[in-house]
Amino acid sequence: MSKIHVSAVVNGDPVDFLADPRESLLDCLRDQLGLTGSKEGCGTGDCGACSVTVDGVLVCSCLVLGVEAEGKAIGTVEGISQGSTLHPLQRKFIEHAALQCGFCTPGILVAAKALLDQNASPTETEVRYWLAGNLCRCTGYDKIVRAVMDAASEMREAV
Amino acid sequence: MAKDERTTEFRLIGTRPNRPDGLDKVTGRARYGADMTLPGMLFAAVVRSPHAHARILKIDASAALALEGVKAVVTRADFPTGLTGEDWNLQENSMAGDVALYDGHAVAAVAATSRLLAEDAAKLIKVDYEVLPHVIDVDDAIRPDAPVVRTGAADHSVPAGAPPNVVKCVDFGHGDIEAGFAAADLVREQTYKTEATHQGYIEPHACVAQLGADGKGEMWVCTQGQWYIRRMCAAVLGIDASGLRVTPSEIGGGFGGKTIIFMEPLALALSRKAGGRPVKLVMSRSDVLRATGPTASASMDVKLGMTKDGKLTAAKVNFRMQGGAFLGASPVGEALSCALACYDIPAVQHDGVEVLANRPKAAAYRAPGSPMAAFAVESLLDEMCHELGLDPLDVRLKNAVHEGVKASYGPTYAKIGLVEVLEATKAHPNLLAKLGPNQGRGIASGFWFNHGGETSVSLAIGEDGTVTVSAGTPDIGGSRASLALMVAETLGIEYEAVRVNIVETGALGVNEPSHGSRATFATGKAAVEAARQAIGEMCRRAAKEWGIEEEAVVWKDGAAMPAGPNAGKFPPMTIAEIGAKMGGTGGPISGHHETNAEGVGASFGAHVVDVEVDPETGRTTILRYLVVQDAGRAIHPAYVEGQYQGGAVQGIGWALNEEYVYGANGRLQNAVFLDYRIPVASDLPMIDTVIVEVPNPGHPYGVRGVGETGITPPLPAIANAVAMATGARIRSLPLSPPKVLAAIKAKGRG
Amino acid sequence: MHYHKPQTFEDAIKIAATAQGVTRFLAGGTDVLVQLRAGIVTPDTLIDLKLIPGVRDIVREADGGWTIGIAVSGAELGRHAALVAEWPGVVEGMNLVGSTQVQGRATLAGNLCNGSPAADSVPGLVAAGATVSVVGPNGTRKLAVENIPASPGRTHLQPGEIVAAIHLPPRGVNGGDAYLRFIPRTEMDIAVVGCAISLTLDGDKIATARVALGAVAPKVILVAEAAAALIGTTLDDHAVSALQAAATAAAQPITDRRGTVEFRKDVTAVLAARTARIAYARAKGEAK
Repeated sequence: MSKIHVSAVVNGDPVDFLADPRESLLDCLRDQLGLTGSKEGCGTGDCGACSVTVDGVLVCSCLVLGVEAEGKAIGTVEGISQGSTLHPLQRKFIEHAALQCGFCTPGILVAAKALLDQNASPTETEVRYWLAGNLCRCTGYDKIVRAVMDAASEMREAV
Repeated sequence: MAKDERTTEFRLIGTRPNRPDGLDKVTGRARYGADMTLPGMLFAAVVRSPHAHARILKIDASAALALEGVKAVVTRADFPTGLTGEDWNLQENSMAGDVALYDGHAVAAVAATSRLLAEDAAKLIKVDYEVLPHVIDVDDAIRPDAPVVRTGAADHSVPAGAPPNVVKCVDFGHGDIEAGFAAADLVREQTYKTEATHQGYIEPHACVAQLGADGKGEMWVCTQGQWYIRRMCAAVLGIDASGLRVTPSEIGGGFGGKTIIFMEPLALALSRKAGGRPVKLVMSRSDVLRATGPTASASMDVKLGMTKDGKLTAAKVNFRMQGGAFLGASPVGEALSCALACYDIPAVQHDGVEVLANRPKAAAYRAPGSPMAAFAVESLLDEMCHELGLDPLDVRLKNAVHEGVKASYGPTYAKIGLVEVLEATKAHPNLLAKLGPNQGRGIASGFWFNHGGETSVSLAIGEDGTVTVSAGTPDIGGSRASLALMVAETLGIEYEAVRVNIVETGALGVNEPSHGSRATFATGKAAVEAARQAIGEMCRRAAKEWGIEEEAVVWKDGAAMPAGPNAGKFPPMTIAEIGAKMGGTGGPISGHHETNAEGVGASFGAHVVDVEVDPETGRTTILRYLVVQDAGRAIHPAYVEGQYQGGAVQGIGWALNEEYVYGANGRLQNAVFLDYRIPVASDLPMIDTVIVEVPNPGHPYGVRGVGETGITPPLPAIANAVAMATGARIRSLPLSPPKVLAAIKAKGRG
Repeated sequence: MHYHKPQTFEDAIKIAATAQGVTRFLAGGTDVLVQLRAGIVTPDTLIDLKLIPGVRDIVREADGGWTIGIAVSGAELGRHAALVAEWPGVVEGMNLVGSTQVQGRATLAGNLCNGSPAADSVPGLVAAGATVSVVGPNGTRKLAVENIPASPGRTHLQPGEIVAAIHLPPRGVNGGDAYLRFIPRTEMDIAVVGCAISLTLDGDKIATARVALGAVAPKVILVAEAAAALIGTTLDDHAVSALQAAATAAAQPITDRRGTVEFRKDVTAVLAARTARIAYARAKGEAK
């Protein structure tokens, strides 16, 4: 099995890695690049814990091959904050107690940020449907939805 | 930090500060089971039985071992023999012996230099099976002519001549049951059934394990209890418990399912065989669903007697449960004990049996046994209320247990809060919402004992007066925040000045896992005691410095103060000042407490749900949901609400769509999240909560565990709501659309 | 496993022609990767078609129809206002496939070639009368979408053949389509039953209609009898009943982990009526 050299940009940083064509982008992020913030909860695109953006598009990184990342810009949970300044979503998740075990949190933050990047004023229903592919077993989603709505509200006021 | 409107005499308890692990968890830094990498690490893969029941004739690993980079293969032959009881169960469940007992049962494992190589090697391990007859359903398994799962597994409670898969019998009760039913105006008896469900934590089991030929090793693992894992692995592998150092990772959910071992001994055995190189073993979701967790499935008879004004006169329950192929895995005893615990009934009788089936070994799942029992009892109670034209909430209040009542399961209740919970429920505005066509409202009560258990906590004063707490109960739902609040409250210092670490097995005496809703109760109680011990020492240091009797020093607002005749003679000596000079005043200052925590307070809750059922498809939508539960005292109310909401939604999943679906071949048909349907965000409304506080006298701040009760009422509450919405009473879970539509059609046919 | 990124369909065909073992094409990849991860199919050759020029385009044709590239994602389809306005049923079918994350990757072509009888986007295409261009070692041919699926997981494509584009006919005036599916949850499930209907009106009367059903047979089916029950009617109660009877009669479902035979037949009737009402309202311009 020959490996393929892949060059990409992850969270703004240029990276190079060797990928077996069978490895998912999630495998490569975690095992090759040491970016373990993205999680594997299912490996079948059903839980969203591995959510990342590829050229700005929200995807499950378990359903993308590592070799497909060639030339792409990847965004992961590790790139959401600006240095030590948290993104409003990250702050609101902590303030609203929108995480318990925290395992689904990276994927939900990446997904919620993708939502707010394209819709500054989502309704509760829009938030719930957008995040339907991000399973959380601890919170019952209540505080997650509130945190996303509150972050959106704060970001609107800041503009 | 703003306090809730709840009145409280405390400075910090009852506030909602940011959790200490929040920053790590929103930035992706928090390290879970699969996030650890060690030098020289190998990767493991497991070969699992595709059969529900099959004799293992031969395992040929030669082709796998011939691959370059494959370092070890283990089978049951690599484990010691002669284990008995639960140790044997754990060993057998980790790795099949002569017979694979369920679909997904591990039969071999391999370690190699990469994950892909290990997976390739696993495919090359050839296993010859002789397929045996299997049995899956609990009612099928109890038949006298059922395929026999294992002979000789029954314990002494089983009478001679019982069906072959019956392995345990339980019965208890009190009062004159016949007289009780004779005193009733209405006696009803029904049969109920629930399917197995899985805890469904999003993090699959994962560990990195290392074990040398000297029997010394260490393990990084996602677990609810590092000492349990240590003891179980040591027993299964035949090594000394103290030889193994277990460090708990951050844990991505457990709900009871991560209190025992599954694949951890395989990783250790592979490491030992591979010359002591560390081995990472991560389960896939399908492995998790096939071979870990689930809860039991249940078949239950309930008989209740009620007077026409709603007083319960007698109750009889008979439960049959399967928890897989292993004795003791089903929670039949707990289910029976919880079944009638909410009500003051003069005469109660409980009977139950545990049955083996060709399914994975059931693990604890949030209030084990209580949800199924509540489904049966609370459904029948609701039916009888409607038959008698009584308000179901009033009837629950009328029969509610309170302090001094003898519980259905034996003991006499101390201070409990069911009456307060039901009264708060009655006052909630959700009960005034108008219901439209095809809509229904259901209510139900729920109970969990809560647990204290073995607990050991240490606390150390830092040189700057900040405080480190070493706790042994992994933090699943925010317990580090609640422990820091209690310690800071006790010491009179800021919340941020306390750091709570969850420590490895070498750092403390044995702690039970974070189970039984015990972390905030038991670890909290021990942490407060440890803080009080440190306060005593700090007062002694101040007294020594001031040259006064230590009895003449009090601790207030984070400082030692001279009191009594010496009051005002010296300025207060703060914890920071004491810490700064402790090297010269007698050395390190710490507190330590270990206990079998007693004084646990039972937890009661009530839920109210409004649903709408599509009469043409049988699909149920949750419109409104209310959780009311007694927390004793909410240390961090946001995480108490989180437990209520999370428990309710797991219960909603159990009620509506979650179930283990087996094919005729005994294979699990839905071992992916696509078809094991846990609730998603768009399935739900906001989950309203009311925290009732009836302080538990057995805890310094009044805490009752809050983690488990919340999963219990949703099952019957939703069934009751669906019955009201459709006029069709369904007595088996889940209330999946095909089942609901069939019930609606059957009702239409009359 | 060998991974290829051809720049033309000709190159893709050549690679496929010389490949040994199992070959899979990657459009969105959401099914291929699941099968790879689950160990169901580990291809020896994986040919990524996403880098071929034009495969991400949605093009209006001279006759008013549309050509949709095979790597257009569900999310991209859903953002195309003109296409959504003309073929809302086709787009809503595709947009029901998977989560937001899956929508960023999944494609009409992939959903079709995966061969699932429950594929959400296929009934809408069939009802619309969509066709596909198929390229292969023996040249190019056009096939109606309903002639692609063969049985669960299998298509009528020949070895080495690739779906190169999807074509929707001109919508014309007074037309409307709709797709509904039944799932137990609100999202993330595979259809237990799916139903798509496309129709055109002459005044209040239905002039033409096509009815397609998903998840009730080994493949997505076009039900002529159900369409016949609609044509010439104003979708009165009698027509709806006839539609339901025809659709239910055509359904040959199985009992599995997602539903029973009886339930699927019942829900087929329910969805047929509901879908027809939406399509009719859209054709009249009374609904979006």
